Amino acid sequence: MTRLLDVENLTLQFDTDEGRITAVDDVSFSIDQGQVMGLVGESGSGKSVTAKSLMKLNARNAVYGPQTKITLHLDDGPVDVMALRSAREMQVVRGGAISMIFQEPMASFAPAITIGNQMVEQLLIHTDMSKKQARELSIEMLARVGISDAAKRFNQYAFELSGGMRQRAMIAMALSTRPRLLIADEPTTALDVTIQAQVIDLMKDLVAEFGMAIIFITHDLGVIAQTADTVAVMYLGRLVEQGPVREVIRTPSHPYTRGLIAALPDLEHLDKPLTPVPGDIPSPLERPTGCVFHTRCSVAIDGLCQREVPQFTQLDDHHRVACHLAARERGAA
Amino acid sequence: MSDRTLITTRNLSVHYPLRGGLIGPRQVVRAVEGVSIEIARGSFFGLVGESGSGKTTLGRALLRAAPITHGEVIYDDGEVEYDLAAIDKAALKDYRRRAQLIFQDPYAALSPRMTVRDIIAEPLEVMGLTKSRAETDERVREIAARCRLNLEHLRRFPHAFSGGQRQRISIARALVSRPRFVVADEAVAALDVSIQADVLNLLKDIQRDMGLTFLFISHDLSVVAHVCDHVAVMYLGRLVETAPTRQLFARPRHPYTRALLSAIPSLDPDERGRAQKLEGEIPSPTNPPPGCKFQTRCPYAIDRCRKEEPELEHIGAEHNVSCHRWRELSEELAMA
Ligand SMILES: Nc1ncnc2c1ncn2[C@@H]1O[C@H](COP(=O)(O)OP(=O)(O)OP(=O)(O)O)[C@@H](O)[C@H]1O
Ligand SMILES: Nc1ncnc2c1ncn2[C@@H]1O[C@H](COP(=O)(O)OP(=O)(O)OP(=O)(O)O)[C@@H](O)[C@H]1O
Ligand code: SF4
Ligand SMILES: [Mg+2]
Ligand SMILES: [Mg+2]
Repeated sequence: MTRLLDVENLTLQFDTDEGRITAVDDVSFSIDQGQVMGLVGESGSGKSVTAKSLMKLNARNAVYGPQTKITLHLDDGPVDVMALRSAREMQVVRGGAISMIFQEPMASFAPAITIGNQMVEQLLIHTDMSKKQARELSIEMLARVGISDAAKRFNQYAFELSGGMRQRAMIAMALSTRPRLLIADEPTTALDVTIQAQVIDLMKDLVAEFGMAIIFITHDLGVIAQTADTVAVMYLGRLVEQGPVREVIRTPSHPYTRGLIAALPDLEHLDKPLTPVPGDIPSPLERPTGCVFHTRCSVAIDGLCQREVPQFTQLDDHHRVACHLAARERGAA
Repeated sequence: MSDRTLITTRNLSVHYPLRGGLIGPRQVVRAVEGVSIEIARGSFFGLVGESGSGKTTLGRALLRAAPITHGEVIYDDGEVEYDLAAIDKAALKDYRRRAQLIFQDPYAALSPRMTVRDIIAEPLEVMGLTKSRAETDERVREIAARCRLNLEHLRRFPHAFSGGQRQRISIARALVSRPRFVVADEAVAALDVSIQADVLNLLKDIQRDMGLTFLFISHDLSVVAHVCDHVAVMYLGRLVETAPTRQLFARPRHPYTRALLSAIPSLDPDERGRAQKLEGEIPSPTNPPPGCKFQTRCPYAIDRCRKEEPELEHIGAEHNVSCHRWRELSEELAMA
């Protein structure tokens, strides 16, 4: 497989009134061309800011760690994303090689501009199409994502569409520049299950057709199981487990991943009691020392997990986990 | 109606007038239309359906917080019986104590300038249910303990709490007046999976210990399957199916219920693409289609469905369905 993206040692802090908070801590992962990576984790674990880092889209109070390295491998050679400075330099990633569907449903569309005009404008910036070509392609993309009456919708505003239609229009806009990487931040969370199923199907078709890679952010492991090739699990800014989706879901190895799966209501076993992960998510201002999960972990090793940050243990070729207990069991085996 | 029924509705409709243009016919939103439902005392009754199907409106009508346009709602807890469409002021005051709402958003629902103690105590004070501050404090402490909040928590302000803790504060506030009937509207929707289970277990424990009746509104069918003993499925303001939970999940009879169940993403990566795909979206309640409200998306719709609206039909032990073709479809689909 051909490598598309390498993220190495991504660390991201925010300056706030209450001090500097760590949102992402030493995160590394890679994505191959055409691969779908799921990114899961609790609210506030750093999924959205990790994704925005790939396009340097974080707020002004963001401070990247000096070791952070993000490399995008394009046909013309590698792009060092952290080194991009001006808006012009940034064009290669923003809306060019990478497109993002934002979590905030209205954030992708400006309220006062029609959907069509926004799509056209974006194409004019990132391609050398004429206005007429851009218009034709936009309408074609709207139709392609299953929007009926695409020519009419082209002249409408985002607020005039239903939730499902708006989501489709966002996908159409994100795909019209033919990105190599699509970041979809909770693209189905606000949708009803029947509409969610339609959108998931649509995204799968588009991957097959366009061959792009996707980072699919969600807190719903079921959605990940249905869409992703690999999955990365985040907790309080750290990656705690990553690997092929089958392995991670069938043999979860981090206590947090296990807890997450056990907490899911299972339709096959209605009598099974619901098992919460004990405790509450600590505030980012009170980041636990050692393993960030130790305050909620029922198998924490006394004296070790509170003190030392666990490094990754490789379970097999692609499946790895950052847990002292897993490292110990591995060492003993 | 059995004497074990807490809430009985007959043909309940809630319509909202739409302030439209000056010309043209006056439009109404038929948020709830012709709903007949029975909620047994002590049950954990689930209400599911897509966004805009009328779940919140129905829940609010049962709390007498949405206008009852047509039909009847009878509340009977064994101590008192009220006809909510015709209830007088004094009785309504008493009903407000007996029927309570737990909100969806644990962040928006709590006033930031009140301590947790004052937030929980407020309903007691507003309704004048206690005679002294000492009595109020006693009631607050009792319900807080049940909701796993401690004395230290009571002195603090809500911003210091996580989502799960805030939801426990909202629950304590709703229960402090010792209601008999509680509507929980998307009470865990805003919570992370890892803490959602904790709040659900708390609701179940409280319901059992205090003998409450819950109307649990949710768009998450897996959650409903786990906590509810009875489920009603709504579509475009109508009830399309009601049944005991196990029955509904094992033998759904309405095509919409079947589609909903099959659209839940499976945790098994090898079960991809098995969902029965439903085309289109839910129509507008200002302009519902003729006949069966589901006919525009139903893969089994026939001519009759487009002309004639099916009635909610009793088809077996507490199982009701509103579909012209349920019988032939269950035979057909069982064979396939
Ligand atoms: N501009 C900012 N200033 C300060 N803190 C921020 C800023 N943006 C994000 N954060 C913080 O960074 C952390 C990670 O946020 P992020 O939005 O990435 O979480 P998430 O995993 O996407 O959560 P969710 O599931 O709720 O979307 C949070 O603690 C958040 O409050
Ligand atoms: N006060 C109101 N005035 C006018 N229309 C209303 C009002 N309240 C609700 N509606 C409409 O009634 C219909 C049913 O809304 P309701 O909020 O009951 O749906 P729901 O099933 O709770 O949806 P959701 O899952 O999104 O919460 C919707 O079309 C809604 O827009
Ligand atoms: S009545 Fe007809 S349209 Fe309605 S659900 Fe049954 S088969 Fe489908
Ligand atoms: Mg996010
Ligand atoms: Mg609602």
